[in-house]
Amino acid sequence: MTTLHDLMTAPSPASAWVLAQDCAETGLDPADIRAEMARRIGEMRASVERGLRSDAKSITGMVGWNAKGLWDAPDVLGAPLLRRVQAYAMAVNEENARMGRIVAAPTAGSAGTIPGALLGVADHLGIGDERLVDPLILAAGVGKAISKRMFISGAAGGCQAEIGSSAAMAAAAVTELLGGSPRACVHAASLALMNTIGLVCDPVGGYVEVPCVSRNAFFAVHAVSAAQLALAQLESFIPPDEVVGAMAQVGRLMPAELRETAEGGLAQTPTGRAVAARMEGREESAGGMIELPMV
Amino acid sequence: MSLLDMIGPVMIGPSSSHTAGACRLGLVAHHLLGEAPRRATIGLHASFAKTGRGHGTHLALVAGLLGYAPDDPRLPKAFEEAEAAGLTVEFRDVDLGDVHPNTAHLDLHGETAAVTVQGSSTGGGVIRVTEVGGLGVNFGAASPTLLLRYPDAVGMIARVASTVAADGVNIATLTCTRENRGGQALLAIELDQPLSPEALAFLRRWPDMGWVRLLPKLMDG
Repeated sequence: MTTLHDLMTAPSPASAWVLAQDCAETGLDPADIRAEMARRIGEMRASVERGLRSDAKSITGMVGWNAKGLWDAPDVLGAPLLRRVQAYAMAVNEENARMGRIVAAPTAGSAGTIPGALLGVADHLGIGDERLVDPLILAAGVGKAISKRMFISGAAGGCQAEIGSSAAMAAAAVTELLGGSPRACVHAASLALMNTIGLVCDPVGGYVEVPCVSRNAFFAVHAVSAAQLALAQLESFIPPDEVVGAMAQVGRLMPAELRETAEGGLAQTPTGRAVAARMEGREESAGGMIELPMV
Repeated sequence: MSLLDMIGPVMIGPSSSHTAGACRLGLVAHHLLGEAPRRATIGLHASFAKTGRGHGTHLALVAGLLGYAPDDPRLPKAFEEAEAAGLTVEFRDVDLGDVHPNTAHLDLHGETAAVTVQGSSTGGGVIRVTEVGGLGVNFGAASPTLLLRYPDAVGMIARVASTVAADGVNIATLTCTRENRGGQALLAIELDQPLSPEALAFLRRWPDMGWVRLLPKLMDG
């Protein structure tokens, strides 16, 4: 079983080692995997571009205009990377919420984190898509190592398992893209993961919209931060595999109400309950946007 | 679980478990029916029944019945596509007992054939088929899967296995379930690669062989 420790001590680049290990295990051809990953980068980019242009409402009407709104707004902080990463991530998840075509990475609810971080950084620095194939393979390898220790779905382990995994995968990918060693890549993943422990999955009405869309924006930035720390040689004090173990333990300790059941957290606020009631047809609304009740 | 399952599937949103996995469950029934579907009754259990509609679970299941993959752009319009294709679908909320919360029971009819399939969507688009034709199975459609139904008899498994071996195909897993001794049996064999049309035809011609289907690999990795 491949662990993050194995990955950390692998010869550089880490992605080459991940690809060789996976092909030995599955019997797939490395050239086929690289070609398919290249196609998936194209799919990610297409979902970003559609999402940045569209302000069509999602299934429930809770999201749909966030990415375009941010992308069209003035850059008040003078931080184009920040805005780009956030807008890309939300663009993908808003496409997802309106039944558009996306790449689950590793899940649909966390699909924006990797494109937000990886495509966002690449575009900011003018790096071509052909150089993103290997970092994406490393991201997949990190996800695979995490998934061997715990489930990567919000239902099983809370949002820490879902977006925590995507942030760790994205952090490793960005680190390799910017020339980080296997050790730096895995520490970036570990730092990202360590800082998501305890995050609950509390989707309003049970839909992959709120807080999922903005959460992808935040965690795409989080992944880039982790990469920046690791590229400056900062390391996760707790060894990466132990961080995964800690997250698995927290997931087991988490009550079912906080694991994608919409029975706790934001889903059980008065507004969250009103949205659920409206979607179940228990209360008729005037249509269009959800009217928020006064608290 | 391969790298392509971690960065993937390419899919129509919004949920890998409620949408992509549901579509794959429909695809299993589509392939096992082996002809154009006309009529389907779909039982939705627990989370599929509770939060399925807003996640496009109903659309995805119907898309699968029509043979669409999880990334097919026609998925959000699956109801209209079904109507155009002459397929009528009825949904029911059902209690399937102590099974995974994302479980569906599909009862599918064509002009001449019919099949029932029960399976669960376990996360990230991964599925597990647990019942075909009322008999227990356990496979994930992550590799080509050969399914055979016949009256239980001595030596059937050996004959099928030797046909597969003669075709140069390796067996990954094999499960056999029967109603009772001498009753209907279901053999499910996960293969490393698809069986040749000649070997399939040979198995279909075998005396007493009932129903033979080759389910293609539905996963990416």
